[in-house]
Amino acid sequence: MSSSDARPSIYDDLKRQGVSRRSFISYCTYMASLLALPPSAAQAIADTLTNKSRPSVIWLSVQECTGCSESLLRSFEPTLEGLIFDQFSLDYHHVLQAAAGIAAERARDQAIERNFGKYVLIIDGGIPTGRSGVLSTTGGKSGVELIRAAARGAALIVAVGSCAAYGGIPAAAPNPTNSGGALDALRDLIDQGAVTAPIINAPGCPPVPEVMTGVIVYFLTYGKSPPLDDLSRPIPFFGRTVHDDCPRLPFFDQGLFAKTFDDEGARRGYCLKDLGCKGPTTFNACTTVKWNQKTSFPMLSGHGCLGCAQPKFWDREGGFYGKLF
Amino acid sequence: MASSSERAGRKGLPKKQAGGDTEGKTRRVVVDPVTRIEGHLRIEAETDAQGNITRASSSGTMVRGIEVILKGRDPRDAWAFTQRFCGVCTVVHSIASVRAVEYALGYVIPQNAQHIRNLMIAAQFVHDHVMHFYHLHALDWVDIVSALKADPAATAKLQTTLSAWPNNSAEYFRSTQQKLKGFVEGGQLGIFTNGYWGHPAYKLPPEVNLLAVTHYLEALAWQRDVVKIHAIFGGKNPHPNFVVGGAPCAISETAHATAVTPDNLRFVGEMIGKMRSFVDQVYLPDTLAIAGYYKDWASRGEGVGNFLSFGEFPRGVGAAERTTLRIPPGVILNRDLSKVMSVDFEDPTEIQEFVAHSWYDYSAGKQTGLHPYDGETNLNYTGPTPPYEQLDVDQSYSWIKSPRWKGLPMEVGPLARVLILYASGDRATRGLVDHSLGRLDLPVSALFSTLGRIAARTLETKLIADEMSGMYDALIARIASGDLATFNDLLFDPSTWPKQARGVGVMEAPRGALAHWVTIEDRRIANYQAVVPSTWNAGPRDTAGREGPYEAALRGHRLHDPAKPIEILRTIHSFDPCLACAVHVVDPHGEELVRVNVL
Repeated sequence: MSSSDARPSIYDDLKRQGVSRRSFISYCTYMASLLALPPSAAQAIADTLTNKSRPSVIWLSVQECTGCSESLLRSFEPTLEGLIFDQFSLDYHHVLQAAAGIAAERARDQAIERNFGKYVLIIDGGIPTGRSGVLSTTGGKSGVELIRAAARGAALIVAVGSCAAYGGIPAAAPNPTNSGGALDALRDLIDQGAVTAPIINAPGCPPVPEVMTGVIVYFLTYGKSPPLDDLSRPIPFFGRTVHDDCPRLPFFDQGLFAKTFDDEGARRGYCLKDLGCKGPTTFNACTTVKWNQKTSFPMLSGHGCLGCAQPKFWDREGGFYGKLF
Repeated sequence: MASSSERAGRKGLPKKQAGGDTEGKTRRVVVDPVTRIEGHLRIEAETDAQGNITRASSSGTMVRGIEVILKGRDPRDAWAFTQRFCGVCTVVHSIASVRAVEYALGYVIPQNAQHIRNLMIAAQFVHDHVMHFYHLHALDWVDIVSALKADPAATAKLQTTLSAWPNNSAEYFRSTQQKLKGFVEGGQLGIFTNGYWGHPAYKLPPEVNLLAVTHYLEALAWQRDVVKIHAIFGGKNPHPNFVVGGAPCAISETAHATAVTPDNLRFVGEMIGKMRSFVDQVYLPDTLAIAGYYKDWASRGEGVGNFLSFGEFPRGVGAAERTTLRIPPGVILNRDLSKVMSVDFEDPTEIQEFVAHSWYDYSAGKQTGLHPYDGETNLNYTGPTPPYEQLDVDQSYSWIKSPRWKGLPMEVGPLARVLILYASGDRATRGLVDHSLGRLDLPVSALFSTLGRIAARTLETKLIADEMSGMYDALIARIASGDLATFNDLLFDPSTWPKQARGVGVMEAPRGALAHWVTIEDRRIANYQAVVPSTWNAGPRDTAGREGPYEAALRGHRLHDPAKPIEILRTIHSFDPCLACAVHVVDPHGEELVRVNVL
C-alpha cells in the first residue's frame, strides 16, 4: 500500500469486471457533457481513468440528515456501485461501512495516513464549532475536530449539500447550535496554510447526485477543481438559474401563472411564480440534469422551487409560498 | 487490542471503573460509530467475565435543534423543515407535519391527494425496508469474503428452488463473483475494510453468501428505479415536495405539462409491479433462507415486550381519516396478544417524554415527564469533553429523550405493527406470519426477538407492497371518473385561520410510530414537538431506571470477541436505527439557549 502506482488502474478494475471499452468511453463522454466540457475532454477523462488507481475518498458527516448520501445512492450516471467498485475507493462512509466502532475508525484513520495529501474529503452536514463542538461527536471526538484533522491531508474537499456548504438547516435562525459550513470550520487552517486543498461547495438540499460525482471526476481528470463562482460552486452546474431552463418559462414570458396547486393553469403547466417559486434566484442543475434519471424535478411536479441551493434559503422573508416579485 | 482497553476511561469515567478483562470483572465495550444506520449512535455495554452484557446504554451524540428553528415560522413551511429531520425517512416527517397543521385547522384534503400520499408513504416503506435489509443489515449475517469460495452453480440451483426470479443462471452468479474477486484482489476494499469477515458468528454456506451479495447489488439498482414514484408526485427523491391542503402535483391530461401525465401514471403502476416482484421473489425468500441458519437469534434480543402503533394508510379523508386505517393503532403490553389497547394522542397522561438521563433540563425538574403539547427542552450538555473514552451512564448520557406510554417504554416499528395486526386478527397478516413461522418451524413467541423483528419487517413489506396495487387502482379509477382534484384551496391563505389552533399529526413511519404536535398562534408556529420512532426505541433509561428498547434488547447478549461486537450490531440493526430523527429539540418558552457544561 506504500505506492499508489503499484495498484491497478481504474480501467484495469473495470476490465477485470467485464466492462467493455465502448461503455467505458460512453460513460466518459456523458461525464464530459455533464460538465459542459468540449467533446475532446471525453478522451482526457478516459486517459486519466485508464492510468490512475482508484483514489481514496473519505466521507465525513457531522450534523447531517443523510439526505446527501441517499442522493448519491440515486445516482444513475455513474451508479454508486459503479463508483465504489470502479472509480473511487470509498474508504470511509458511516452509512455504508461494514465495520463499526474501533474497526471503522481505524479504516478511516488508515485511509488518511496512507493517502495523506492525495485523498478526496467529502463533508456533509452543518458543523457546530467552538464550545458547541460537543453537540456532534463520533467515537467520542467532536465532528469539527475530525473534519479539521482530515482536511489537512486532503487533495480536494467537497462540501456536499447546503448544510456543509453554508450551514444549511441547523444554521437557520436562531442557529441554536452555532453551526456553519465547512469553509467556516476550516477558515483559520486555510489562512495558516495548513489546509491547501481546493474547497468546492456542491449545495442543494440534497444536491443533484450527478453534481457530486461530476466534480470528483473533473478533479481526477484535470488535477484541479472545475471553475468556481464566488460562492465556490462549480460553474458547469451552478452557472444558470433553474428558471432559465424551466419548461414553464414560456408561460412566465406570457404572464400565465397558476393560482392554486390544481387549477386549470396548474394542470396546463403554467408558471409557479405566484405559488412562491424561487427558481429565478436559484442557481442549480435541477432543470438541466434533472432528478432520478430525468424522471422529474420540483417544478415539473407542480411545487415551486424552494431555493434549496442558495445560502440562507431557510430564512428567506415570506417563506416558501411568498412571491419573489 | 480489545476495544475496552483502548477505550479505558481517560476522561469521563476513571479507568478503574471501566474494568478490564485482566481483572476478571466487568468491562465496558464501546461501539461508536454504530455504522450502517442513519446518524450518530453510540452503544456502551458492560459485560461480565464471560462476556455477557449486564447493562447497555444507548446514546445519541448529535443534536441540531430543528424544532427551536421552527418557532415563529409559517406552519405551511414546517413540512420542509421537519422533512430534513432525516433524508432516509424522507417522506414521513413531511406527512406528519402537514397532517398536524391540517388537523389543527380542520383542513380536509381531496381524496386523490390521500391516495397519492398513501402511495408515497407505501413506496417509502417498501424502498426503505429492502435497503435496510440488504445495505444496512445484511453484512451482520452475510460474509462477503466467504462468497468468493462459492460454487456459482450451487447458488444458481438454490435460487431456482427459492423463487421464480429470472436472474438465476450460474453465469450470472459467476460474473458477480468475478467482480467481487477483482475488487478484493485489487487490494482497495473501501467500505468493506476491517469488516468482521471470517467471524465464527457467520453461519451461511458460501453459496448463500454469494446469493445475498448478488442481491445486495441488485437491490442497489432496484431502489434507484422504484423510487421514481416519489419523483413523479414530489419532483425528486430524496426530499420530495408536499403541501398543506393536498398534493402539490396537478394531474395533467396532456403530455409534458406536469409530471403526473397518463404516461407517468402508467409508469407508477409498472414500478409498483417491480416493487412487488422484488419483494415476492427476492426479499421474502432471502429473508426466510437466511433466517433458517440463524434460528438461535429467535430467542434473544427481545427488548421491553411492549409494543405501540399509531396506525397508517387512511382510505378516507377528514373525519374518516382516523377510522379507515389499514394498519390499526394500538398498544400491546407485556407480550399479551389477546388484548390491543387504544391510544389517545392528546391525553396529557398517556404519552410523555422524560429527560432524567438526557442532556436537557425541564423547568419543573429533571425527574418529571411532559406531554408533547407542554414539551420543553433546554439543551444542557453535561457529558465529558471530547475527545473522551466513556460516558458516565449513571448521569445524563444522550441527546435522545425517553418517551413513555402511561409510564412504560414501548417498542415501535415493524414488529409492533405486525403484532398488532396479528392480535387484531388481520387475515393477510395471520396467513403470512403463520406460513413463515411454519417454514422455519418456530412458534409465535419467536417473534419477540432479533430475528422476529427482521422477519416482521419483511412480512409487512409484502403486505404493504400488495396494498399499493389497491391504492393505485383507487387513484386511477377516480381520475378516470373525471375527478382531478388534488388540492383544497379553502384554507391555504393564513388570514382564514383562527387566532389559535393546535393539532397532532400521527402516522406510521417505516421505523415506527411517529407524531408531530403543533400549536399555532397568530398564524405562526408557537410550539412544535415531534416524538419519533427512534426516540421510542433508542432512548435512555427513564426516571424510574427503566431501559429503552435497545438497552433492554442487548442485555444478556454474549460477545464472542468484544473487539468484534457483531452480536451488538445484529440486535441494534434489527431495529433499523435512525438517529437524526430521534434527536429533536423544542422550547416553547423562548429560552432556546444552549448551555454547555463541559466537565
